[in-house]
This record gives sequence, C-alpha cells and structure tokens, in this order.
Amino acid sequence: MLRLESVYLRLKNGSEEVPILENINLDLEDNKFYALTGPNGGGKTSLAKVIMGIYKNDEGRIYLDGKDITDFSITERAKAGISYAFQNPPRFKGLKIKDLLKISADENSLRAMLRSVGLCPQDYLDRECDSGLSGGEMKRIELASVLARPSRLVIYDEPEAGVDLWSFENLLQLIRNYHKKGNVTSVVITHHERVLSLADEIILLVDGKIADRGSRDKILPLIQEDARCCWKANCGGNNDEVECY
Amino acid sequence: MQDAAGRQIAEVIMMKLNAIENELLKNIADLHNIPSGAVNIRKNGEGIIRHSSANIEVRPKTDKPGIDVIIAPGTKNEAVHIPVLITLSGLVDVVYNTIIVGEGADVTVIAGCGIHNPGSKKSQHDGIHEIIIKKGAKMRYIEKHYGEGSGERILNPQTIVTMEENSIAEMELVQIKGVSSTIRDTKAQLAEGASLIITERLLTHQDQQAVSNMTIELNGKNSNTKVVSRSVARDNSSQIFHPIVIARADSKGHVECDSIIMDHGKISSTPAITAEHPDAQLTHEAAIGKIAEEQLLKLMTLGLSEEEAEDIILRGFLE
Repeated sequence: MLRLESVYLRLKNGSEEVPILENINLDLEDNKFYALTGPNGGGKTSLAKVIMGIYKNDEGRIYLDGKDITDFSITERAKAGISYAFQNPPRFKGLKIKDLLKISADENSLRAMLRSVGLCPQDYLDRECDSGLSGGEMKRIELASVLARPSRLVIYDEPEAGVDLWSFENLLQLIRNYHKKGNVTSVVITHHERVLSLADEIILLVDGKIADRGSRDKILPLIQEDARCCWKANCGGNNDEVECY
Repeated sequence: MQDAAGRQIAEVIMMKLNAIENELLKNIADLHNIPSGAVNIRKNGEGIIRHSSANIEVRPKTDKPGIDVIIAPGTKNEAVHIPVLITLSGLVDVVYNTIIVGEGADVTVIAGCGIHNPGSKKSQHDGIHEIIIKKGAKMRYIEKHYGEGSGERILNPQTIVTMEENSIAEMELVQIKGVSSTIRDTKAQLAEGASLIITERLLTHQDQQAVSNMTIELNGKNSNTKVVSRSVARDNSSQIFHPIVIARADSKGHVECDSIIMDHGKISSTPAITAEHPDAQLTHEAAIGKIAEEQLLKLMTLGLSEEEAEDIILRGFLE
C-alpha cells in the first residue's frame, strides 16, 4: 500500500547539509502491523515525517496505493488517508480539547473518543490544550485526534514516551483495536519490547538506512544482541570487538 | 431563557433598528438572549431604547451625555445591556456612563460599541465609564468593540473602576475586529478583600493601531488581581500594551501579556509591577511570537489547509 523508492533526505545544520535518510526503499503491505525501531538519531521520526509530507524528500518517489504522492502537501496526504501521531504533540493556548477533536470527528462522538483514551469527557472537553495538561494527557488527546479519523496508514511516533506503563498498555490496546478494524496499516515507532513483540514485522533503521527488516523472531534477537554490544562499548569494552549496525 | 420583558425589548429592538444596526448589535451584545434586567441602546449620539427593571434603574444624565445605571443592593442574576451603535460617517460621540452596583448584588453588565462607517470621514466613540462596585457585590463586565465600513473607525474607551471591600469583578474587554484606532485606558482601585480579573483580547489587522494602558491599584489588604491580555497583530497593524499593577498593601497581583505577531505587525508589551508594601506578591510575564510551526503542522496532518489551521489557532487563542 505504501512504497518508498530510493528516498533521500538531507537537512540543514547551519550552512552544512546533513544526510538524514539514505536510499530508503520500503514496501508496506495492507493491514500489517509494523514496528519501526533503531537507535536514537537513526532517522525514525524523520522517515515518518517524510511519509506524512512534513519533510520533503530530496530524492526518490513515494507511492500510496499505486499513486505517486511525492509532491502531495501534508493536507493532501492527510486527505489521502495518512495519519501521524506526534511524539511530542504541540500545545495550543486557548484552544479547547473539544475544538481540536472536532477537526477529526463529529460532535456526537467526542465524548466516546475521550472515554476511549481513558479521559473523562466532562473533565476534559472544555479544557484548553495548553500547559495545564500533563505530557501523558497530551499523548492521549493526540491519539484520540488521530484515531477519530478514517485512515489507510497510521504512524504512531513513540506512543510510549511520557505515558505510564499501565496507561500505555491501554493505549496500545486501543491502537491494536483500531488496527484490527481492518483496512489500515499501522507503523509504530518504538523502543518498547512489548510493541516489538506484537508487530507482524520489524523494520530496523540505523544511521538513516534500513539495516534490516523481518519477522520479530528474526529481528528481536538482533536488537537484543545489538543492545548488549552497545552497552559493552559504552562501559569501556573494546570498540573493535563490537559489531553494531 | 427570556422573560416577558426581555421578549418585549427584543421586539422593540427589531422594530427600531435596521438590518445593519441589528447585525452590529449582534456582534457586540447578544440582545436576543436577554435574561432579565435593564437596557439602554445609544445610536448615533442619542438614546433610542431605554428600559429600567424593578432592581436596575437607567436614567439619563442631566449635565452631560450619558446615563446613570443604579443597581439596587442585593440584586441577583440580572443583566444590564448598554451598547452603543454608530452608523453615520463623521460623527464623534462622547458619552459618560456611571454604573453603581449596590451592596451584595450579583449582576452582568454588557457594554460595547459597534461602528458601521459608510462614508469617508472618521467616526469616533469615546466611552467613559465610571463603575463603583459596593461592598460584597459581584459584577461581570463584558465590553466588545467592532467596526466595519469604508471610513475610519475610532474607539477610545476609558473605564474607571472603584471596588469596595470584598467586591468581585470579572472584566472581559474584547476588540473583535475592524477598529482603525483605539486607545484603551483602564483604571481600578481595590479596597480590602476585593478581587479583580481582567481578560483583554484584541485583534488588529491592516494598518490598525491599538494602545492599551491599565493601572490597577491594590490598596486594601488581601485584595488581588489577575490581568490576562491576549492579542494578535496582523498585516501592518501595531499594538502597545502597558498594564501596571501597584500593590500598596498585603495583596497579590499577576499580569500576563501573550501576543501572536503575523505578517508585518508590530507589538510592544511592557507589563509593570510596583510593590509599596513588604508583603505584596506581584508577578508578570510577557510573550510575543508567531504561530508555532508545530501547531500548524499538527492541524494540517488532520487534513486542514494552512489557512484553516491558522484560523483555528487564532480563534482558540482569542476566544
């Protein structure tokens, strides 16, 4: 359903152009549940933003259901069915939660949306999406705003970040339920073993390149081994002995 | 909910005002939802509708243009609407209104001015409001300003509030749009235990100019105030904010100015606090910035265009 062909992304750092993504070739299948993982700074969020249109790729093409969407704006991609749940959702001074959610859903379903992410509607509908909300509350509202939309592809950017373990399990269940409704492909950017273990396929992104991809049985042991290598390196082991991605 | 008197007033308004004037009125004071209370509508320098209730007396001043609004002690859940409409080009209207909220009363005062200037000469309204809130009384005050038409539209409100012991006031000062130039001057003096919240919301565009000066004096023990100003300057418009809180007693005050600047707008924001008592607690903060890019991006990922996203962000910020 989504195909990336030879995608490159370079971003400016002062006067210098830094390669962020290099030669990304990726096929995502219909209705599959993917985990996108890899070390910090490896390009996961950048890849998600390229797919959403927030970053414009410098080279390569992107296709959604066979249609070339490379030149689509963010809005056009959203209307084509791509959704993105931000890792750090922005706050809006003065904007009420109900007014944010109304962008995605009709007024009658707002209460159900809030309940589904574990927030009590009477306490939250009229509250502002600003600094009065905790990071965890913002993540739930972010998820509600995304899950209320009909989507072909949803990318969740580290849904576990800033959410307590108990709440995360509930949010994960919500993501799974939305996925199971069908006709949607899910990509969860994560470092969380629980999410990795649920994925149909894991994509490993390191230094802006796809290092590997495959079933969890294939990729999970590699990640665990890699984590041990890096730990050893950081704790004074000989770098020459360490084979990292 | 409207009572019989409210319905009757609404009918008179419909009869006495044309479509443009009704639209102006709708923008500044929602008179279709009068609960109960009193009304005075001033149009082009003259009072055209005046209605007192059993507890709220509205009477014209004899020495200068304007009205006295006398709210009886203990009056509860009533409202008084005193909007001003200007639909002539070249008119300069100065009005002096005095509002006295009696002891223990709990009322809403809806003021505001709408100008429709159809010509090329300037139309101006200078509204000078003196408000006295007696002991233990509570007042909610809403003042909306709006302008439209081809000629220059100037609104210079001056509001002087005297708050007696343990009185409470919440003031909402709003400039919706279309005001070419405004100099707003708000002064308040608070006695012991008095509490004042001022929320100012202001939008300027094109070449419009807005100046807002406020001086809040906390004279009594345990008096407190919170001033929140939110504004948006678009196109080539400019805004200057200068709220000052002076504490002369064991009291608390907070001033907050938050502005969004767009296009070639200019904003100067200088909140000031002065303490003249060792137990005074005063804070202030000010921020000016453009719309955060992340906010626009987030709303665009939900399918909105950049313009639609901007509109929702600004409406939320100002409403």
